[in-house]
Order: sequence, then C-alpha cells, then structure tokens
Amino acid sequence: MSRDSAASAPGESGVRSGRPVGRKMTGSRWGRFMEGGLLQGGVQGSPVLRLFMRWVRRPLLPVMRLWRRNIQLKIVVTTLLMSLGVVLLLGFVVIGQVRNGLLDAKVKASQSQATGGFSVAKQKADAAVTADGDDGSSADGRPSKNVGQWMSDLVVSLSSGGQGAFDVVTLSSSAAGGGAGLGPRYSGDVDPTVSVPVSLRERLDSNTLAAQSYTRVVYKDGRPSQPALVIGKQVNDPNGDPYQLYYLFPLTQEEKSLSLVKGTLATAGLFVVVLLGAIAWLVVRQVVTPVRMAAGIAERLSAGRLQERMKVTGEDDIARLGEAFNKMAQNLQLKIQQLEDLSRMQRRFVSDVSHELRTPLTTVRMAADVIHEARVDFDPVTARSAELLADQLDRFESLLADLLEISRFDAGAAALEAEPIDLREVVRRVVSGAEPLAERKGTHIRVVGDQQPVVAEADARRVERVLRNLVVNAVEHGDGKDVIVKLASAGGAVAIAVRDYGVGLKPGEATRVFSRFWRADPARARTTGGTGLGLSIALEDARLHGGWLQAWGEPGGGSQFRLTLPRTADEPLRGSPIPLEPKDSRRNRGLNDAGLPLGGSGKLATVPVQQQAGGGSASSAAPSRGPIVPRMAGASPTADPTALPGSGSRVVPRPAGSVRRQDDAPTDGERTGQERGRDGVEPEELGHGEAFRGR
Amino acid sequence: MKGRVLVVDDDTALAEMLGIVLRGEGFEPSFVADGDKALAAFRETKPDLVLLDLMLPGRDGIEVCRLIRAESGVPIVMLTAKSDTVDVVVGLESGADDYIVKPFKPKELVARIRARLRRSEEPAPEQLAIGDLVIDVAGHSVKRDGQSIALTPLEFDLLVALARKPWQVFTREVLLEQVWGYRHAADTRLVNVHVQRLRSKVEKDPERPEIVVTVRGVGYKAGPS
Repeated sequence: MSRDSAASAPGESGVRSGRPVGRKMTGSRWGRFMEGGLLQGGVQGSPVLRLFMRWVRRPLLPVMRLWRRNIQLKIVVTTLLMSLGVVLLLGFVVIGQVRNGLLDAKVKASQSQATGGFSVAKQKADAAVTADGDDGSSADGRPSKNVGQWMSDLVVSLSSGGQGAFDVVTLSSSAAGGGAGLGPRYSGDVDPTVSVPVSLRERLDSNTLAAQSYTRVVYKDGRPSQPALVIGKQVNDPNGDPYQLYYLFPLTQEEKSLSLVKGTLATAGLFVVVLLGAIAWLVVRQVVTPVRMAAGIAERLSAGRLQERMKVTGEDDIARLGEAFNKMAQNLQLKIQQLEDLSRMQRRFVSDVSHELRTPLTTVRMAADVIHEARVDFDPVTARSAELLADQLDRFESLLADLLEISRFDAGAAALEAEPIDLREVVRRVVSGAEPLAERKGTHIRVVGDQQPVVAEADARRVERVLRNLVVNAVEHGDGKDVIVKLASAGGAVAIAVRDYGVGLKPGEATRVFSRFWRADPARARTTGGTGLGLSIALEDARLHGGWLQAWGEPGGGSQFRLTLPRTADEPLRGSPIPLEPKDSRRNRGLNDAGLPLGGSGKLATVPVQQQAGGGSASSAAPSRGPIVPRMAGASPTADPTALPGSGSRVVPRPAGSVRRQDDAPTDGERTGQERGRDGVEPEELGHGEAFRGR
Repeated sequence: MKGRVLVVDDDTALAEMLGIVLRGEGFEPSFVADGDKALAAFRETKPDLVLLDLMLPGRDGIEVCRLIRAESGVPIVMLTAKSDTVDVVVGLESGADDYIVKPFKPKELVARIRARLRRSEEPAPEQLAIGDLVIDVAGHSVKRDGQSIALTPLEFDLLVALARKPWQVFTREVLLEQVWGYRHAADTRLVNVHVQRLRSKVEKDPERPEIVVTVRGVGYKAGPS
C-alpha cells in the first residue's frame, strides 16, 4: 500500500506543486550564472556567445543597477521570495495531511466492504456447489457456461449493494492459463482490463490474500476516468477454479474535497505572500525614507548648503539618527563658519594692508622719482643711493601688487572676463616684451606652431600675465640657451608650452615651483627681481580659466611649463594638445641623467625610438644653436640623423589647427613621430602634473 | 597750455607731493582735502582737470565725481588704491574719464594728465558724419536733426576717433592709445565703460546700437552713415 500510494496520487500533486520549486531553483541558478558570468562580463567562450551575452546583458543592466541601489526593492523582493517558500512548504504539509486523513477513512470503509463482498462470493460459490450436488450430476461439458452465468449474476448482485458507490469486476486468474475461457464480468460500464493495474493482477496470482492499489477507473461509455481504490482477491468459483474478484471504489468525492482544500490554501497563500510583500514595503519605507532623506541632506550639506537639517519626529532610533546628524551638521557649520570668518579676516587684513600701504607708497614713489630725476646734481654716493631707492621701490611695488593679486584670488574676488582671443597675439606681445631681457641674456626666443590661429575664450590680461611670467622665467633660468614657445590646439583645448634648456628642475620641484615665495636655490643671484609670487598667481589665473598650469623639468635638462586652457569657457579639460614632457627630454631621447645612452645601444637602435627622437626635434624645432647640439651629437653618436637639429629644422611642423582635418598619410618617419604627439589630445599624464588640475 | 588742476585728496603728504610734481611740469595745482568742499572748490577754481581720490572723508570720490560731471564735462582722473573690477567700473560709470592706480610714477601721472588736456588744443575745422549724427570737430558739437547732444570731451574724442575711419574696426587697445593716450596695453574696461556711456547718449536704442557697433571678439566700429 505504502509504495503504491506514494507512487500515484501524491505523485500527481507532487508534479504540479513541484513546478514553482523547480522554477525557483532554476532562478537561483540563473542568478548565479548571471552573477558569475553574464554580468561580470567574464563569459569565456566563442565570440558569438559573448556577443549574445552582451546583447542579453544590456537590457538587464538598468534592472541590476536598480537592484544594487535600491534597498527597499531588495528587501521587498527577498521577503516575497522567502514568504513564498514558507507558504509553499506549509501548503505541502497541510495538503499531505488532509489527503492522508481523507484516504485513511475511505480505505478502511472500502476494505470492510470488499471483505464482506469476498465472503459473499465465497458463500455463493459454496451454495452453488451444494445446489449442483442437489440437482444431481451436472454434465462436465457445460460447466463453464454455468459458471459464466453464475459469475455475471454474482457481479450484478454484489454491485447492486453499493448503489454506484463501487463497481465490481471479475477477471479470470491468469494462473489458470486462460483455458477456462471465462471473460471478464463487470458492473457500471467499467473497462476492466485497463482499470485494474497489471501489477495488482500479478500479485493476486501469486497468493490468495486480498490486495489493494490505486488506479484510475476508465469507463467504456465515455465518462471521464476517475481516481479509484481497487481491492482484489482470488476466489474460487463453483467449479473450484480460481478467479479474481475486484472492488473498484472511485475517489471522486475525496478528490473534490482535496482540490477544494488546495484551492483555499493557494488563495490564502497568495494573499499572505502579497500582504507580506506590502507589509515589508511599508516597514522598509519607514526606515528607508529617513535614510534617504539623510543621504539627500548630507549631499546638500557637502554641496555647501550648510543650513540644511533633517526633520526629526518622535524619539525612536531614526529620530536619534536624525538628531545626531543634525548635531553633526550644526557643528560642521559652526566650524566652517569659524574657519571662513578667520580666513576672511585674514584676507581682508592682507587686502587692507596692501591698500593702506599704497597711499604712502605713492608719495614715497613720487618723491624718489623726483630725487632720481635730479641725481645728476648729487655727489656719487647720494646719486647711487637715489638709484637704489628707485630700483627697490619698483620691486616693492611689484611685490605689493602681487600680494594684492594673490589676496584677491584667495578671497575669491577674481573675476574672469573671457572672450575669444587669438593666443598668437598674446604670445607675440609677450615675446616682444621679453626681447630686451632675452637680448641681455643672449637668449633667442622662438615661437612654434603659430601658423594657424589658436583661438580660445580667455581673459587676455590674465593669459598675458601667465605667459609673461613663464617666458621671463624661462629666459632668466635658461642659461642663455634658446627658449621655445610652442602653441597647439586640439579637441576642446589649447596649450602653450614654454621650454627652456637651462638648469631645469630637480625631482619633486615641478610641484613646488608653484608654491608662494618658493625659490629653487636661495643662494642664486636674482637678476630680474621676481617677487616669488609669479607662478602662484599664474596657477590661480589658469585655474580661474578652468585650465591647467603644469611644470616638467629634469636636472640639467631644462624645463617645460605648459598652460592648457579649454577652448570655450566652462568646458572641462580632458587632455592637453602638448605632452607635458617634451619629446627632446633626456628620457625620451633615451639618455639617463648623466647624458649617457640608456640601456646600451640596443634601445637606441630600435626604429620607434629614432622616429620619436626625430619627431621630437622637429616638432619642437630644436635650437640650431646652443649647447644642446654638441650634447646630443656627443652623447648619442648612433642616433638617427634626423634627431640632429640640423636636419630636424627642415621639417616644418604642421599647423596645429588643421591637424585633425588632414588625413594625408605620413610621408616619412619624422612625420609619424610628429603626429604621435600632435594628433588629438593625449591622455593626461600621471604624476606630478595631476596636482595642478583646475578646480 | 592751460594747466589748472584741482587735486581732491585727503592725504596731505600725497597732495603736497602731487603739487611738487605738477608744478614741476608747469601745471597750476589747487587742493581740497574734503569731499564736501570739493564741489565748491571746483566752482571756484574752474580747473581744466580734476585729480580725484576715490577714498575721501565726507562725500566719497564717486559721489563727488557724479556731482562734477553733472555740471561740467571737465576731464576727471581718479586716483585709486583698488584696481578691482567693481571699484574701477563704478568710478568710470560715475563719470571719470580715466583712472590711475596707486602707486603710480610721476611720469605716468603727467602723461595721463597731458593726454586728457591735449584735446584742448585747437583742432582743424572738420565735419564728420556717423549714422544720422553730424559732428563738428572744431565746434565740439554733435547734432542729430539739428538737435545738439551734450557729450563730455572724452566721449566726443571717442566718437570722433570712430567717425574719422568708419571703415576700420578699432580694437580696444587701439582706442586706448588713440583716445586715452596709453602707449602700451592697459585696462580695456575703460573702453567698455565709456562706450556704454557714449551709447546711452547718442544711440536711439542703447540695447541695439547703430552708431557704435560692437564687432564681437575684435572691438568697435562706426555704424553705417
């Protein structure tokens, strides 16, 4: 009984209810699959598969992002899934118990009914034998017909007692070999051979005990088949031959009850799941809403709106979070205000001092000039004193002006008056202004990349100030070697680089040059009397434009200062048209600090290095005079001849403005090397330059 | 050359020093140290030029500048310790022709004063037309349909400079050199402010100028006549 009962009726419902479980399992496997491969993009396989995965993944990405970002969704979905699991488990248990209860009662009633029937059949057989005996000897030639008739009568009489509650079937025992020729007898249009399972028949053949099984009753008159309990026993007919008598009890009523219970449970379960989901949503909302509010307010606080506070109601944990948050914001605001006040006072002080100094300084200045004008009438000592006075007043004045300018930047009072300007004009003005100093130093200033207009939205006054500073610095620290001013524009940026071949910068100095009052070598004689604030102001000017001012340098190899400005104001910079490290730097030429070839001759012999060296000297138009010529020639005698300035100067640098539109193929190695640096915007180099991005 | 200069400055040392320098250059300086008394002194001395410190006790320099400008077109040069945008622009908008930032060199100051006074020398008789305006250079008058428009000498100079070469676009730097007499690039805000002031007087609709036209990214030019 147990084996069969487990195999048939529960099996059906098992399959039906098992489907959601199966789906859940595949769901989790799907999830694992997605996490492991699909969403991480780690699918290793054919390109077709990867393409398919990408195609599948794309629409899923927003959903996954929502999943990752939304804790409310996460909790609600988790609650739904878990309550679904619990409800399903509960449903199985309840349905199983109901079914067992229903079947147990039915089976007991059926068994007693069948046992009675079997004994009746036995009695009838015995009675028939006795009656035959009373009638005298029956002819042995017609016993089966009599038995057949008797059996039909038996089936009718047995089934009539049940009033449709059960059907009766007799089958000839297969152990009899079928020689008896008795056909099946049945009541209620039951299809006997199909309805009685073969396994039960075999079991009845082997012993004479009653046996039972579950089956489906199939009717011959087209009624739908029904689940049923079949109980059978081998009984002897009046001739003493065994035959099989079956009682079939349809379980229609029980199945109806069971499906009612199932339906009720499913409805209740669905309600419970949905309600739990809704409850979870509500509960999570209560927690998440303040958290989200806190996040939003924290964001606004960090954006500078310090007066933002959370709304606090009640005294629960959320309210405590809100109170703590507000306290934090309060303290932050206080501290920030204190700091702001302090720095405003300090800036105001600097500004006031600078202004207050100006009026007496004007008087002193005028007096000194009057004295200076009249110095020819003085004795030499007084005349020299007058000269010193005038000179130092100049320096004092520029220092004061720079201080004021810096204080204006610090106070955030500097305003950008940007309009489209051609940077070549600015460069021309700056270079002509620096010419007298350059002549004194024996330096030649050359401008590269000024064939095409280099237009950007910028404040001409500020850009000129920056460039004047850079050029004067380059001339001053250039040791009399050439200074190259290079212009370029690409993408959304324009750049001006000022290159010198002087003492250069030691490692780490490239960031410190922009510090206020920083000096490379305090012992160094100052010839032009800078204030020490020039580069700081230049950096602030660049920042005001949303641009970068960066420095590169190597000891003994000179330095390069690069100003990068966005072509239109308010456009963020992504890169610079000019590399920060010039192509004729020692490292790019494959030389070490001592000026010796790096890594033997093997590296220099490779073609790309040579090309780059050639392009470098071409694009920056390496000076045709100055000590760099012997140094290059002497240090790398095996270098490509194009690296030498003599031949490099033959290559005319392409106009920067038209580079992006021109698609002509490079004609020689020098061109390709040149293009590498000029085409497009190179990604920003890492390192010290990073510190000087605009704010 | 006439050379009466009224110095309005509360710093006595600076005023005295200015006096020394101005006298050395052949001007006749007179002094007033208080903003409240500046207007009376101006009416009394009838100077050819006013040197005006922006920070004054009593009425401040901006106010004094406005009062003087209200009754005279005499050139006003501001002395200011602050070259910040707002201060300078406010000063220029209140009617000053030029400004000079402390500390300045005596030569610089004298050059500015001379540039402002240079115009007083006799110009050749000349008739110019710009838009629907008729300019009599010698008579120092601007007329639209016979109605004369009052301009300060500086505004007049600016208009004449543009009208003399109507085909040319003037950059702000060129105008600074021609009208203000700066030899090297200076603060172009001077030009912007005075073009605005000029437009407010000569244009029918200052929002849509027809006399002094802006050439974006370059400068200004005279409108078609």
